[in-house]
Amino acid sequence: MLIKRRKFLQVGSLASTSLFMPKFLKAFESRALVPSGNKVLVVIQFSGGNDGLNTVIPITNDIYYRGRPVLGIDGSKAEKLETDFALHPELTHLKSLYGEGYLGILNGVGYPNPNRSHFRSMDIWQSGSHSQQYLSTGWLGRYLDAQCSGCDKPTQALEIDDILSLALKGEDEKGIAFKNPKRLFSGSNENYFKAISKSHEPTEETIDYLYKVMGNTLSSAEYIYNESMIHPTGAVYPNSNTGKALKTISSLILSDINTSVYYLSLGSFDTHINQAAQQTRLFKELNAAIASFTDDLKKNGRFNDVLIMTFSEFGRRVNQNASNGTDHGTANSMFFISGALKQKGLLNPLPDLENLDSGDLRYTIDFKSVYATVLRNWLGADDRKVLGEQFPLLSFI
Amino acid sequence: MSNRLNNQHLLWRAGFGAAAKDIESLQELSPQQFWQQLKKDSEKQPEKLTVVENLVAPFFKDVYDLATIKKIEKENKAEISKKRLEMRKQSGEQLKSLNFLWSEQMVNSKAQLREKMSLFWHGHFACRLVNGYFQQELIHTIRTHALGKFGDLLKAVSKSAAMLQFLNNQQNRKQHPNENFAREVMELFTLGRGNYTETDIKEAARAFTGWTYNVNSDFSFREYLHDSGEKTFLGRTGRLDGDHILDILLENKTTARFITQKIYRFFVNEKINESKVDYLANRFYQSGYDIAALMDDIFSSSWFYDKENVGTRIKGPVELITGIMRFLPMILDNQNALLLFQNVLGQTLFFPPNVAGWPGGRNWIDSSTLIFRLQIPRVLAFNDSIDISARADDDVDMGREGAEKREKGFIGRAGSARISWEPVIEGFKKVSRDDLDNEIASFLLQSSGRINESVLTKYADLSGREAFLKNRIVQLMCTPEYQLC
Repeated sequence: MLIKRRKFLQVGSLASTSLFMPKFLKAFESRALVPSGNKVLVVIQFSGGNDGLNTVIPITNDIYYRGRPVLGIDGSKAEKLETDFALHPELTHLKSLYGEGYLGILNGVGYPNPNRSHFRSMDIWQSGSHSQQYLSTGWLGRYLDAQCSGCDKPTQALEIDDILSLALKGEDEKGIAFKNPKRLFSGSNENYFKAISKSHEPTEETIDYLYKVMGNTLSSAEYIYNESMIHPTGAVYPNSNTGKALKTISSLILSDINTSVYYLSLGSFDTHINQAAQQTRLFKELNAAIASFTDDLKKNGRFNDVLIMTFSEFGRRVNQNASNGTDHGTANSMFFISGALKQKGLLNPLPDLENLDSGDLRYTIDFKSVYATVLRNWLGADDRKVLGEQFPLLSFI
Repeated sequence: MSNRLNNQHLLWRAGFGAAAKDIESLQELSPQQFWQQLKKDSEKQPEKLTVVENLVAPFFKDVYDLATIKKIEKENKAEISKKRLEMRKQSGEQLKSLNFLWSEQMVNSKAQLREKMSLFWHGHFACRLVNGYFQQELIHTIRTHALGKFGDLLKAVSKSAAMLQFLNNQQNRKQHPNENFAREVMELFTLGRGNYTETDIKEAARAFTGWTYNVNSDFSFREYLHDSGEKTFLGRTGRLDGDHILDILLENKTTARFITQKIYRFFVNEKINESKVDYLANRFYQSGYDIAALMDDIFSSSWFYDKENVGTRIKGPVELITGIMRFLPMILDNQNALLLFQNVLGQTLFFPPNVAGWPGGRNWIDSSTLIFRLQIPRVLAFNDSIDISARADDDVDMGREGAEKREKGFIGRAGSARISWEPVIEGFKKVSRDDLDNEIASFLLQSSGRINESVLTKYADLSGREAFLKNRIVQLMCTPEYQLC
């Protein structure tokens, strides 16, 4: 308790004393320590459209090999999970997780009237909208709105990036993006910002709003940095972007920060040309980072509290193209990794390659059903309120 | 309120803020005089911003009928597709150049009203399409009609290759209608949501069948793809075609109301004053959708200068950056910095998030964008470092090798600028040292809030008048107050 008190004072002395700050600090003061058991979601976005069929490979399907004479991955070279399917050869650790019952695979996830523009389809996934609907908020941002209405907890959702993704922008609440908590607001002008923030007197609604965001950002930066230094993980992580991001996330999970959602991206998976090398490189990075992360969480007894979810804006076409790559497709697979999965392994059938829509997979599960499941069953949120309608729930968590 | 504050208000809303050279005249002229001047300066038709030539055009010189076009196309097939590929190949670079050219106009052109209005329409008729030539033609259409009749603008945009392609009207055929174009024309360009039925969309889609563009990227009506049957649209029945649909939409007062409200939110206040918008919309409709007249109604009114409308609007990223560059004339050491700033602040020209455009207002602000906004002036003026990465765009990179390398080269030190301080120093020449603090603040800040003077003094550069001036201007630009206009 003594340590907590000292930490609080430290934040207090650095933060501003403007109108907004006491409320903000009060939120920290009265905040019960996040109990171990608090559920955390880690979203890993595969940017660029990952090729799902070379990720979860149907190794006994002739249509797959016929359509991919060069790119098709032979069953003997892949990480075989069962007689009829395997993982990409680089995903060795995911195979181990599968064996331990910590990996769930969902196939054919997509949405009606799929869009093949990267940006638009990512917009649809991040906002959780229908194909013809334009939302300026994201599904996790609206989760923040629902969870945090009336309270100031700007560190509930964090993105490890310089720019905040639409996914984490709500109407009133927004996540915070940073690559390195230490650098969030640093620079030669940091003290100046703190000084003007501190001296601001409420004047008019919009300017007060900007000062509120500024004050929250300044104090969140301190808070996040301090939290990340309480129990910095001792585990060794690869020196890749994903490795460093998961290391930061692990250190925060092991602290008592109130964050329930972490978000990071990996890419580009846009493999029109010479796909094999590119996907291999990215999966190598992913596999090694996830290995460190899950081992770390297990060692610290937190693996049951963390759910990793991967997605991409679309999959690729079934047949390879003329440049040993694949072009934009539709439905895709998703991974779920956690110590607390209710259903493990293959959660639904592999994509039906005999029943294609002009060369593309037909989606069998709407991604918004996956969101609804994660929101309700994992984050304990009102999925209907966040998504605007009721989508069928799945049962893997 | 002082003339100066009102003039600055007008210049920020009808343009991109005051230029350093305006400092003295801001005191002398009345807002009405400024407004007359702004209008006059935007009367001339704009010069086209050209970044890519139509290499296909020479094949079709003075040829307009579809049959001949098709014949020429067939005879020169290989040659034409080579030229088309050549035009498209550098689209990413072309859009970059187009961005630089247009940004330069926003900063330096006297036609501030026209460019600002064009920025509004660029967000209204939002088109995210990686095709340099199509985008070049579309922005020319927009800048040309920006202050004309809305009906002309709507029709020209609806018949542009860019919009037809972006909204999939190429796939809208008699046997297989594609409703995307019809839906967005109603939902986003004219009536707004909730003012039509799904049946209206289906019927309008039928009417737009056959609207496409030819090999020369000009609008083309393909009769054999058109559904010429009877349709019922918004209560009208007949053998309607695309032009009929647009006319019916323009005859509908809801369109005038929808457009006026959007203009009011962009130019006056995010918060709608219903009776003022009704008044403006009625007059807009009566005038036959005369955009210049509507803007005249707004900027000549006295309520435009009411306290609630001044200094309460969050500048969009392009307004913010352009405004800085107008007040502090500068040459960027690395022009890519402009793209980086637009990207990290969330408004890259020619890359709206979707057909609904940039949502604006508080949507511009999150912890990251606010941090960058507050740092950019120092980066430009004092070569402060800022270490940020722009988002890669897979629609532009298309998985090409080197895309990631290019992205890495693009980040990091954004680069400083060579600012020509003379006009600013000159503009403040007559101001006494005692008044300088207040004077600078009232030139730069439209918000009623003022930053605590003792804090500013603590961070001031007191080594001399010029040093003080430069430092104070930059420090004030690095405040939440400067984000407002």
